[in-house]
Amino acid sequence: MTAMIDAERLRKKYLRDGMLPTIFCNGCGHGAAFDYAFRAFEELGLDMDKVALASGIGCSSRIPGYINADGLHTAHGRALAFATGIKAANPDLTIVVFTGDGDCTGIGGNHFIHAARRNIDMTVILLNNFIYGMTGGQLAPTAPIGSISTTSPYGNIEQAFNICELAKALGAAYVARWPIFHPYQPIKSIKEGIQNKGFSLIELLSPCPTAYGRRNKLGEIDSLWKWYEDNTILIEDYEKAMDYGTEEEKEAVRGKFQVGVFQNVQKPGFFEEYDKLVQRIIAKEDERKGGAE
Amino acid sequence: MRYERDPARIRKVLGDKVQFVQGDMAAAYGGLLAGCSFFGGYPITPASEVAEGIARMLPRVKGTFIQMEDEIGSLAAVIGAAWGGAKAMTSTSGPGFSLMMENYGYAIMTETPCVIVNVQRTGPSTGQPTLGAQGDMMQVRWGTHGDVEAIALAPSTVQECLDLTIEAFNLSEKYRHPVCLMADGEIGHLREKLVIPDEDEMTLIERVPATIDKDKFLPFGNSQTRDNKVPDFPTFGTGYRTYVTGLTHNKKGFPATDKQRDHEELITRLVTKISDDREKLTNVERVELDDAETAFVTYGASARPTESAVATARKNGMKVGMLRLKTVWPFPRRTIEELSKKVNKIIVPEMNLGQIVHSVREYSCDGCEVTLAPKVGGEMHLPDELFGYLEARK
Repeated sequence: MTAMIDAERLRKKYLRDGMLPTIFCNGCGHGAAFDYAFRAFEELGLDMDKVALASGIGCSSRIPGYINADGLHTAHGRALAFATGIKAANPDLTIVVFTGDGDCTGIGGNHFIHAARRNIDMTVILLNNFIYGMTGGQLAPTAPIGSISTTSPYGNIEQAFNICELAKALGAAYVARWPIFHPYQPIKSIKEGIQNKGFSLIELLSPCPTAYGRRNKLGEIDSLWKWYEDNTILIEDYEKAMDYGTEEEKEAVRGKFQVGVFQNVQKPGFFEEYDKLVQRIIAKEDERKGGAE
Repeated sequence: MRYERDPARIRKVLGDKVQFVQGDMAAAYGGLLAGCSFFGGYPITPASEVAEGIARMLPRVKGTFIQMEDEIGSLAAVIGAAWGGAKAMTSTSGPGFSLMMENYGYAIMTETPCVIVNVQRTGPSTGQPTLGAQGDMMQVRWGTHGDVEAIALAPSTVQECLDLTIEAFNLSEKYRHPVCLMADGEIGHLREKLVIPDEDEMTLIERVPATIDKDKFLPFGNSQTRDNKVPDFPTFGTGYRTYVTGLTHNKKGFPATDKQRDHEELITRLVTKISDDREKLTNVERVELDDAETAFVTYGASARPTESAVATARKNGMKVGMLRLKTVWPFPRRTIEELSKKVNKIIVPEMNLGQIVHSVREYSCDGCEVTLAPKVGGEMHLPDELFGYLEARK
């Protein structure tokens, strides 16, 4: 079905008038992210009047500005906390958050942890480009060891965040990671994430040629994208290599980004549970006669 | 399940009309009465009882309480809830208020109605957590970066904790602005008589929802339906598809970060929509001021010993009065100016080393001596101390 959707029609339907061109550089992966989101919205038949977007600060957080829906472009790192409030006030809204690796796991790490732990019904599309792109290329908590950035000019010595593993450990309902240059899997994951009643994280590995690729000598756009091909591996293939592979095969996959769906469980989201709690309290309340506290 | 304000249910939860309760609890009651349906908060002394009170009550009226991960997240969730259509509030004290400063500015920039109850303590830093002070009277005005106007109310009684919380909600809805109830630890933890107003004894103001044609609607300009600088509110989910950003934005809400005119126009409107109404917003209590030669200007808990000092002074034949500020921001400039023309001396008792005294001095006329009567360390002024200030300045 996806292939049959007319891209031009989708853009007309989902892009906000008067906001183009985007701020994104040539070769940036972020544009693909909202194209994938549009396709997921379309296939789900979402009423965009009932979708609320939220974002923090950074390149990826500018995405809601281009989408024709209610959008809250908030403070750096805080999108998930803002989104929690939107959902609380109107549980009928579908909440989609666009965020980046620095926004969500650097400055916003604590909100991420707690939104996932509470299992708030929202879909977080996290564009991980290993770098603070908008501010000119400073070290992100997701940067691989050895990465050169303006604030790690001699090479990064910090261990990188594994965002999906963290989300999994927190009990997030849906967790997936995909490189952005494969369209079908991200679209499917965004759909599954929105359909899931709990907290959904879709991490998309998205290249930043300007601030990351250039300094780390990943070459022109085609070789940069090839880097992602070479450095990612399906979860199943990774596990196969680790379980049955030779030492050489194990070594070859050890440093790669596993991609795929890490977790997909159905469990009630926070507000569904809250609603049940309130029903119980109210029922008890109405049982009693009048009576002051 | 969606919240709808249900007076019968609220009254049932609140209980007796006359009670003996803490200021913190009275602020929680005020929120409930105003129709608050979302509270996001984080524990902090001496404000925790506001959250504890509302955590018990809010689910019983179908509202939502969430203890957030910190004060930054608390105000963030409150702002989100406001855009989702809720009347929303949080409560905190000094350190938490400091953490809220960025999102406080965001609420101002995005014209988001919400209420922050600050049960103040002292600082800097952790200071004296369990003791009251008036440590944030300037932070509420100048603590966030950029050019802003503030609306801040200061209660001096438990009753005012309730009444002014309702008022804070009303002003936040009217001006689409975060409004702060600047209580202090003394009033927050004070227990005294509280009378819960009946429905017909209260006025509630609701935000004006966007109604005009979606293509013509401008979410961040003057109102298009009223002669007013406050735009109508396009609640999320009502089809207006509004983009809300903390960046400088044009009337459509789109980022306009490199345009001087857009910024000037936006910020001027955000400030003047409040400062134009400075006189309307001025809410003061005048005690024995008619023939006064010396006046105390004070607010919050400090007004209580001050009133005793005024009574003692009057017994001693001294012409002393008190001006109590219930609205501290926007600052009642004209009231201070007029007072300073009438009296020779103004003394400003504050539970800090001098905050509001600076504004009093700024708007007092030449020839009127303005001095500070500070008290720090977690104790209130004693009436005798304040009487001592009068004697020293005779």
